[in-house]
Amino acid sequence: MAKRKAPEVNAGSMADIAFLLLIFFLVTTTIETDSGLNRKLPPMEDVVDPPIIKERNIFTVVVNKYNDLLVEEEPMELSELREAAIAFLDNGGGKGEEGCSYCEGARDPDSSDNPEKAVISLKNDRETDYKVYISVQNELVAAYNTLRNRVFKKRNPNFGIDYVQAEKIFNDPRTSSTEQDRLKSKLDEVKALYPMKLSEAEPSKTN
Amino acid sequence: MPAISTASLPDIVFMLLFFFMVATVMRDSTLMISNTLPVADQVQKLDKKDRVMYIYAGKPSDRYQDKFGTQARIQLNDKFATVQDVGAFILAERASKRQELQNVLTTALKVDGETKMGLISDIKQELRKVNALKINYTTRSGDYTQNLR
Repeated sequence: MAKRKAPEVNAGSMADIAFLLLIFFLVTTTIETDSGLNRKLPPMEDVVDPPIIKERNIFTVVVNKYNDLLVEEEPMELSELREAAIAFLDNGGGKGEEGCSYCEGARDPDSSDNPEKAVISLKNDRETDYKVYISVQNELVAAYNTLRNRVFKKRNPNFGIDYVQAEKIFNDPRTSSTEQDRLKSKLDEVKALYPMKLSEAEPSKTN
Repeated sequence: MPAISTASLPDIVFMLLFFFMVATVMRDSTLMISNTLPVADQVQKLDKKDRVMYIYAGKPSDRYQDKFGTQARIQLNDKFATVQDVGAFILAERASKRQELQNVLTTALKVDGETKMGLISDIKQELRKVNALKINYTTRSGDYTQNLR
């Protein structure tokens, strides 16, 4: 008996099937955003003795209900905020012990003593828009990142990367633990030089 | 003129198909609010997905507006919620995660750019009460001036 050949499957509709699946995935896909500004909230417990901070070491940023920016009681454009924050943090106006050897600021005696003491106080109104608040936060984080990048590059000239990139590598789960250990000490050193002291007051009520 | 061969069409389509299959992340909650995230450029990548709890907030989208109004609301999982529910939600989410992850959880705030800060401050107060201190303001990346338009 002659061997019967199996009939060939018609593959002509393959493209149609694939198109159908493709369209399904095209429609259901949402490329999810998974990045943002990381922040830490202060713990709830009441501070018994709030430390006394000198007026010159506080940089007040207020956003009112009309989304206007007031920096140190003066109106300011959002585009100038980063520069102003850098000038304040990097001032290093302290004398002797209080001084700051790595600062490159103006050393104005009426501005912050050193980055360790400098506090940025952010206050917003309940009617402030979230996007304006995020813009302000972004600029303040940018000010810290600029300074950290500068000092990181200066202390680790052979790394060839800046602070932000180093932190990104550090946070990447694919980075090996030996590499992480090596970066951690460098990152902590820079973090200690420019600690992020961003305090948020509870928002004011609008009457 | 010879006809163009369409023999490689399935291959091309399959290639596209595989790309979308790999890139797709299935959303686990349907959004009932408008959610245009603000823009920032100093962003850091969010932790792995199993270490993140999501809180959404914004104005109810058009089809829910006659029922829920136009005031910004909080959405937890698939329902609208009030500020008082946030604490319980966080505790429930935390309990559902593996023991070793419970201390490293981040709360991602996916909030519409048009929302007023009052609501967000209330959420933050609730988060402080349940000691969920690591937060992430989820943003799109880009220049901040886009926010001001």
